[in-house]
Amino acid sequence: MTPPKSDLPQGTLDLLILKVIALGPVHGYAIAQRLEQVSRGVVQVPEGSLYPALHRLENRGLLAADWKETETGREAKFYRLTRKGHKQLQTETADWQRLIDAIGLILGMADGGAR
Amino acid sequence: MNWWKRLWRRTQMEAQLEKELTFHLEQHTSHLVAHGITPDEARRQARLALGGPEQVKEKCRDARGTRWLEDLLQDTRYALRTFRQKPGFTLVALLILSLGIGATTVMFAVINSVLLRPLSYPEPDRLVTLRVVTEQIGELWGFSNLDFGDAKRESQTLALAAWTYGGGTISAPGEPEYVNGREISAELFPTLGISPVQGRAFRPDEDRPGAAAVAIISYGLWQRDFGGETGAIGRSLVYDGKPYTVVGIAPGGFQLDGEADVFTPLEQRQTADPRMQNRAARFLRVMARLRPGFALAEARAELALIARHLAEEYPKSNAGLSMIPNPLQKELVGDVGSTLWLLLCAVGLVLLIACVNIASLLLARAVSRERELAMRVALGAGRGRLARQCFTESALLGLGGGALGVVLAFVSVHPFVAFWPGSLPRAEEIHLDWRVLIFAVGASLFSGLLFGLAPALRVPVRGIDQTLRAGARSIAGSSRRLHSGFVISEIALAVVLLVSAGMLGHTLLALSSLDPGFNVHNVMAARFALSPTPLANPEQVRTAWQDVLDRARRVPEVDSVTLADIIPMREGQNSLPYWTTATPPPPNQEPFALASCVTPDYLKVMGIPLRQGRFFNEHDRIGSEPVVVIDDNLAQHAFDTKDAVGKRIWIPAFGATPVLVVGIVGHVRHWGLATDDHSRVRDQMYYPFAQVPGPLLHFFSSIMSIAARTTIPPLNVVEPLRAELRGAANDQALYEVHTMEQLVSASLARQRFLLLLFGIFAGLALLLACIGIYGVLAYLTGQRVPEIGVRMTLGAKPLDVIQLVLGQSLVMIFVGVGVGTLAALAAGRILNRLVEGMRPADISTFAITIPVLVIAALLASFVPARRASHVDPVTALRQQ
Repeated sequence: MTPPKSDLPQGTLDLLILKVIALGPVHGYAIAQRLEQVSRGVVQVPEGSLYPALHRLENRGLLAADWKETETGREAKFYRLTRKGHKQLQTETADWQRLIDAIGLILGMADGGAR
Repeated sequence: MNWWKRLWRRTQMEAQLEKELTFHLEQHTSHLVAHGITPDEARRQARLALGGPEQVKEKCRDARGTRWLEDLLQDTRYALRTFRQKPGFTLVALLILSLGIGATTVMFAVINSVLLRPLSYPEPDRLVTLRVVTEQIGELWGFSNLDFGDAKRESQTLALAAWTYGGGTISAPGEPEYVNGREISAELFPTLGISPVQGRAFRPDEDRPGAAAVAIISYGLWQRDFGGETGAIGRSLVYDGKPYTVVGIAPGGFQLDGEADVFTPLEQRQTADPRMQNRAARFLRVMARLRPGFALAEARAELALIARHLAEEYPKSNAGLSMIPNPLQKELVGDVGSTLWLLLCAVGLVLLIACVNIASLLLARAVSRERELAMRVALGAGRGRLARQCFTESALLGLGGGALGVVLAFVSVHPFVAFWPGSLPRAEEIHLDWRVLIFAVGASLFSGLLFGLAPALRVPVRGIDQTLRAGARSIAGSSRRLHSGFVISEIALAVVLLVSAGMLGHTLLALSSLDPGFNVHNVMAARFALSPTPLANPEQVRTAWQDVLDRARRVPEVDSVTLADIIPMREGQNSLPYWTTATPPPPNQEPFALASCVTPDYLKVMGIPLRQGRFFNEHDRIGSEPVVVIDDNLAQHAFDTKDAVGKRIWIPAFGATPVLVVGIVGHVRHWGLATDDHSRVRDQMYYPFAQVPGPLLHFFSSIMSIAARTTIPPLNVVEPLRAELRGAANDQALYEVHTMEQLVSASLARQRFLLLLFGIFAGLALLLACIGIYGVLAYLTGQRVPEIGVRMTLGAKPLDVIQLVLGQSLVMIFVGVGVGTLAALAAGRILNRLVEGMRPADISTFAITIPVLVIAALLASFVPARRASHVDPVTALRQQ
């Protein structure tokens, strides 16, 4: 029995994609797989929105793409981060971290208040 | 990748997208197969996980950010295909639009160059002209030399410069040739901020009586007589019988109220000219530049003060006189502005009608395409997308028409300017520039938007099922209302133009039937300046003029000949104050009269009726009693009787002793047929050339004209006359030759020009409105064919059907005429204000123009009505 999967919070798909690609050039299918593996199946990545997101990020200049051979000898489109992409990843990660901290604080405070 | 690269490499990108998604599916499938799922099931699961490939692709395309452009290209291709399918419609629409936009662009190009673009001098907005105005007779011709000198010295806010007309024969180098000249003060070039292309401007010490004679020549003369050589500077020029040294070449295109070839220093002019020291001789035009840091209002206040001081100091000449600075650009352009804006409005109306016309044609098509559009909405096309497609189509049509229109404007702007009555100020500067192009593109897009609006709004939103179910022949009530609205507005606009043209025509007719006060047939008038310099004493001048008259009489076709300083309806005038008692009225309350200096045959040449007494004869000469002849207006005003012969009037310009009135003649509409009734100076008097005192003769010799009554068409006499007069007066030639018929007709040139153009526009508007009403009715009756079939089956006769259709069109026509009449009344008021001599809109104008429109519109609707009456009921019902 698989655990129930959660939808991604709004706007986080781009961040996750950037994070995955930051580890090294990778093609679309591998991104989908890695996202699923890393989140231990908790996060549902709608494959249908993966590619539009990739194209959008490429269009904004955060990603660049090259056609390269995979280990199995097939040609695939490999995405990598541009310098702008790296910067974007850093700011978005920091933003996200701040948000998590803040939410954690609020939740912790509510606990303390009840005690 | 740039957006245009993405767009350019669309096919390649599509292929890559396909490849990427296929790769994803294959990887997923093989992954699942590796986990022990059957290949078919694996493929199914992989596809499910990805979602519909087409939807994914569509989203990826959206993500590219070039979607709107791709749509635009697609819409453009679609629109072009539609145009190709309907070449007739497209051609007519393009033709109508190019005419409308072309005409509007021409008008705007002229307005842009004449009214909007700044003058080509540095800081043109700081240049002003100075007008001289008295409370009594309004604006005077200009400044007197003494007033100019005082104002120049005293003004802190303005740097003043003056000029006046001149001219003479250049006898060396080259063939003798009469040229226009200008006498300018040394400050003129620096004030305008221009410098000669070669040589230099005048130095202040050259603008003095008795200084060495120097001249600046025009660029044209430099090319003509000096071959454009640099060596021309310092060479000699014999002008007006006097040698000048050329010191400068004026820049090409430099004008001072028209072109001139020779510029000489003002103060060097005939040192004997008594006008230079006469405060009442106002013959200078004055221009000025605001000094840095001063505004026009300050200059105005300062000049008012200076004028008041002068009036206190010299009440005889300057009482009630004020000096008013006006921006130069406004002054140069004069009253041309109102004509231009009027014409722009008129062509704008035509363009509007054209747009309405095309809109109704497009709408008819949109309505018949309603089912197609509903189908596309049902298949998921967005409403915005469809509306955008409609707009793309009409914008393309608009731009196409605009492009043709610009070409049309490009070829026709110069013929149009040449066609302008009289001279259009700044005409040589008119050309199409980027502003005109922007205007044309704007007008095209605006037109496209305007006629695309109605079809775009027809894009169905709800009730698609009804549209689809109802079949092709349903017609929504709103569409019929919209169509009627188009016809009504077209007719209303046409009414405005027709009535305006009618009013102009009526005005022109009324004005041309006015009696000019003289016999216009077989009279010619030309300027003929006697070179005064070599003729030392007044007696010689008089003899020279007598010789001119004698020689002219020797030409067999000349019936009678006269000299005159001013010619009716030509530019130039001389208004003098007069009074009828020994004690003068208070300054600035004396009446003024137009004074002409003439020889005894003047009355005979002009054919002016003698009412009482006598005209001049050989015995009225210097030394005999000074006499004048007055017109019946002056007799009535001054003496309150038509019987004024033997009375005396005081004319300060002629001295302290009163002059005897020896005759009374009819009034002449000197100021032009349209304007004379409203002019400020309506009294006229004549005095004999033979009684002009000696010191003034030099000046008069430079402004006299010769006029002759001929036995054959007057222009045929010009050559024989010229041949006879050659050599009479130092090789002077006749110039500015006019027939009196030309002058009379030119006095109505503006009204005639406006009538012609409004007539053309009104004709166009009528034609377009008829095409519009025809198109709409043909469409509407086409929609009603089944209904008509039913009616005929039930016993309706063809006549009833015609009545049905014509009734429908009559309603539209009458509403249109009603709305149009109201608008025309408003337009009439505007015309009334802007065109001199305009008659107000009267019943007869409406009574003539509106039936023309109604009949034309009914004829246009009769064709579809007749076609409808020939409908075969059986076929009609089968269509259902």
